[in-house]
Amino acid sequence: MKTAKSLLSLAVVATLGLTACEQASQPEASQAAAPASGEPTLAAVQELVRGNGTEPASLDPHKTEGVPESHLIRDLLEGLVNQDGDGNIVPGVAESWETEDNQTFVFKLREDARWSNGDPVTAEDFVYSFKRAVDPATAGPYSWYLEMTGMKNAAQIIAGEMPADELGVKALDAQTLQIELELPLPYFIQMSAHTTLKPVHRATVEAHGDKWTQPANFVGNGAYKMSEWVVNEKIVMERNDQYWDNADTTIDKVTFLPIENQVTDMNRFLAGEVDLTYEMANEHFDRIKKDQPESLKVTPYLCSYYYGFNTKKPPFDDVRVRQALSYAIDRDAVANFIVGKGEYPAYNFAHQKVAGLQVDTPEYATLSQEERNARAMALLKEAGFDESHPLEFTLLYNTSENHKKVAIAIASMWKQTLGVEASLENQEWKTFLDNRRNGNYDVTRAGWCGDYNEASTFLSLMQSNNGNNDQFYYSDAYDSFMEQAMRATSDAERSDLYRQAEAQLAADMPLAPIYHYVNARLVNPKVGGYPMNNAEDKLYTKDLYILE
Amino acid sequence: MFKFILKRSLEAIPTLLVLITITFFMMRFAPGSPFSSERSLPPEVLANIEAKYGLDKPVHEQYFSYLGGLLQGDLGPSFKYKDYTVNELVAQALPVSAKIGLFAFAFTVVMGVSVGTIAALKQNTWIDYSIMSTAMAGVVMPSFVLAPTLVYIFSIQLKWLPAGGWNGGQLRFIILPMLGMSLLYVASFARIMRGSMIEVMNSNFIRTAKAKGLPFRHIVLKHALRPAMLPVVSYMGPAFVGIITGSVVIETIFGLPGLGRLFVNGALNRDYSLVLGLTILIGSFTILFNAIVDIVYAFIDPKIRY
Amino acid sequence: MLDRKLNSETMDALAEQLEVEGRSLWQDARMRFFRNRAAMASLAILTVITLLVLFGGYISQYAFDQTDWSAMHSGPSIASGHYFGTDSLGRDMYVRTLLGGRVSLGVGVAGAFVAVLLGTLYGATSGFLGGTVDRVMMRLLEILYGIPFMFFVILLVTFFGRNIVLVFIAIGAVSWLDMARIVRGQTLSLKNKEFIEAAEVCGVSKGRIITRHIIPNVLGIVVVYATLLVPQMILTESFLSFLGLGVQEPSTSWGALLQDGSQTMEIAIWQLLFPAAFMVTTLFCFNYVGDGLRDALDPKDR
Repeated sequence: MKTAKSLLSLAVVATLGLTACEQASQPEASQAAAPASGEPTLAAVQELVRGNGTEPASLDPHKTEGVPESHLIRDLLEGLVNQDGDGNIVPGVAESWETEDNQTFVFKLREDARWSNGDPVTAEDFVYSFKRAVDPATAGPYSWYLEMTGMKNAAQIIAGEMPADELGVKALDAQTLQIELELPLPYFIQMSAHTTLKPVHRATVEAHGDKWTQPANFVGNGAYKMSEWVVNEKIVMERNDQYWDNADTTIDKVTFLPIENQVTDMNRFLAGEVDLTYEMANEHFDRIKKDQPESLKVTPYLCSYYYGFNTKKPPFDDVRVRQALSYAIDRDAVANFIVGKGEYPAYNFAHQKVAGLQVDTPEYATLSQEERNARAMALLKEAGFDESHPLEFTLLYNTSENHKKVAIAIASMWKQTLGVEASLENQEWKTFLDNRRNGNYDVTRAGWCGDYNEASTFLSLMQSNNGNNDQFYYSDAYDSFMEQAMRATSDAERSDLYRQAEAQLAADMPLAPIYHYVNARLVNPKVGGYPMNNAEDKLYTKDLYILE
Repeated sequence: MFKFILKRSLEAIPTLLVLITITFFMMRFAPGSPFSSERSLPPEVLANIEAKYGLDKPVHEQYFSYLGGLLQGDLGPSFKYKDYTVNELVAQALPVSAKIGLFAFAFTVVMGVSVGTIAALKQNTWIDYSIMSTAMAGVVMPSFVLAPTLVYIFSIQLKWLPAGGWNGGQLRFIILPMLGMSLLYVASFARIMRGSMIEVMNSNFIRTAKAKGLPFRHIVLKHALRPAMLPVVSYMGPAFVGIITGSVVIETIFGLPGLGRLFVNGALNRDYSLVLGLTILIGSFTILFNAIVDIVYAFIDPKIRY
Repeated sequence: MLDRKLNSETMDALAEQLEVEGRSLWQDARMRFFRNRAAMASLAILTVITLLVLFGGYISQYAFDQTDWSAMHSGPSIASGHYFGTDSLGRDMYVRTLLGGRVSLGVGVAGAFVAVLLGTLYGATSGFLGGTVDRVMMRLLEILYGIPFMFFVILLVTFFGRNIVLVFIAIGAVSWLDMARIVRGQTLSLKNKEFIEAAEVCGVSKGRIITRHIIPNVLGIVVVYATLLVPQMILTESFLSFLGLGVQEPSTSWGALLQDGSQTMEIAIWQLLFPAAFMVTTLFCFNYVGDGLRDALDPKDR
């Protein structure tokens, strides 16, 4: 009986848990978190409860990779820079920075930055932390991120060819940090707000080892400090009096709940136990919009939803087949009827709100759906498939209510317009990943979220040497556009190369873009300061406040 | 009695060893690794992580080193929850599951047995029918329907009880999950009890007792109840283990930090050491409660020999 | 003491009776079953449900996988032809509920069947033979019980792909474990009854004692427990779908429909109610048929 029970459970549990597409974190602005004049007064009790998706794998910034972890760590630790409510970079521990060649960066740290035990935050702390992040001994799953930033010698250190001490980071004095890159990287500052580049307190880490994140041991430099952690129930944080901007912080206490199920999250919100949900179930969006629109917050979110073709496997090695299938997807219907929270129908890969990207609308996107369907029919016929010899294949997706609905809808579009027989196959997350990575699929659902707000976080994925290129897409032209973009000296030049790269993708169609995400969540109307334009969902509790 | 306990304890060792061995290798054959994720790790990063957790060694070596650790009571580090060892996770979750489980189990047995008995004694009356209809609905209604319904009524509409949370196990946080967890079992116990009671009441020795003019109450309590409990007791073993190890649905819906969620998330994340640790725990519970059930049999029917 | 003596006397008498009437046991049972009105009515309803599930879909104008963006979450209505309303993709719930019954009924019945057959034989054998055999068989059961089912299913899918037969194997694998323990418990008590001892003294073989004397006497509880298992198995099936085994969309099962319906309870209750109503009705019927069978087969009740 037990077996049968615990089984079922899952289906419910995982509806949400597995949809999570990991994303990186960057902090936000340090504007004063208080209502502007003329608004109602602050509530006497400034306590906030946030749904946070799932239990964090760790609170050590160098050992995490997921979104829930980044939400927690953003409140506990502060990096060099933060983001404001519109996603702009603003000073964090660093009060200013300069670079002449986009290759050597010098950060000036603020003198009043303190750890929660009163120690000053120094450049040495960052040096120690960055070295720790790349050190093979730390075994951080996101250590490659430092390699992505191009920090000098990071790649060799990760590969074990150099000691961690050789990392291109140096403390010129207690308040001055110098970072050297292998190549010029103009968006390094954007990248440096990531969770992996947060500092940790050396003495604490060395004294407690893996246990340093326990509430009794934790020493941080963020606006909040740990007060209680019950695995799978809650993490409670309290105001950190030592934080340099403590005077402008309004909320005294924040509790994060690892609620995996979206409906549960919503129910606890409706029962008044949660102020901010983690996400929002598609099914309930319309109802809430009607009943309490004031609680609904929808913001763009840097993730892209697409179907990938296995370009190594016939008939998907034929570009006509890929194009036909892509054209026949009615993206408006998917965005409006299936997900329906304001997602953007997508005709290109990178999220349209990502910085540094200007895409030409691909030709097929300008056609009506009927015209696209007609063209798809013709292409498929050219490729040798028709009524007497229909195209048959399997559409793979990982188990989740949303992915299931999208798959059913798209399979039925293909069937109705092209006579294509796509049978659906869902798999549990890890099995799915294994099969997708090893190319055991025909067409697969996929999603990608930006690690930082710059187009390369998406576009580098389809480079032939990228380990996440599960479509096995190989194009010399594309690779060369991306290589050149990496070395481009001006924003305009880079942007133009990205445009060409996207055009190449639209022509080769290794993947069919479907929609670009929004982040919808329920927010207690009494909570003020919610950022409506931060496409990476860098939500800082310190920027929020609770009204009377 | 002492001999029985000793014998059972000795038997438990090979039983658990077989269980550990099967589970250990089964997990390794399953696709996916604890460290696979949406973003695939560069090979050198993956190698660093695997080295840290000893996954770079041959599987048989890992197996023996796991057994070595187990002998010292060490269940290893959790692969998913990197800030915790499996021992710590279990130590945190077990009291939660135990507390709620004991409440639910006590409630289940008392309700199930009494309701089932009443239904049997009033066989084919409206009392019987209404009890059994309710029970049937309880068996059919999955907890993923029941629990949100309870939340909707008692938390969102009436605002009597919290919609979730544990908060150290205060009573008002326990009530809804306990109900959500017990209903299926109450219904099952009632069904089994009713069936068994009817059979016993129809058996010849009860008829004889009736013929002798013994008071009805006396017959039921002194003669019928004990033998009728037999199948219920058999069912108690698995039911107890099921309840105590928690239901993931209930724990997820009510946000309880119990064993069920750990187990399921552990399996989904391929957290080998966590799953193995919990398998050992649940296996031990199963063995323990089956032994207790066997002892209880002897109280119900002193003639029982194994 | 007095009780037990009385008991043993009556049992003795019974045992003789059993031997004498042995051959007509099944005929007798059948006759008694046909006379049980509740059971017969339930059987009739079950037949209707089965027929509906098999053929009822054809009278609808909709196909089970036909999506309709303009009719998402629309309520039950005779006029629109969506008798049970539509689901979140505008597919007809009437057709889908009936379609779902095919797999679920099959899985429920098969799970119960495996449980009855395997669980009863295993439990009776273990309990009756006792001693070392019993201990080994019970420890084996504990091991099977302890193995994480999820990994078992994941491995099944990995090595054998997706196949409806695997669903039945996976369901069968879990369904009989509790049954075996319950039957063993009953057997332990039964085997000390004088009519069993008598049979042993008369030289009846062990296998024959188990099948002819033990099993008929535990059937009552077996039937009750089997009816409890049916809904469990139907729900377990939807869990298998979660792991990639089981029914795949756009096909469906009652378990999957309940699962989906539970997500939209507040906005489209019919998506939950119709499949649930079918399941409850079916279960009631199974229950009465089970009771009828129990009464018919009960060797004590003559």
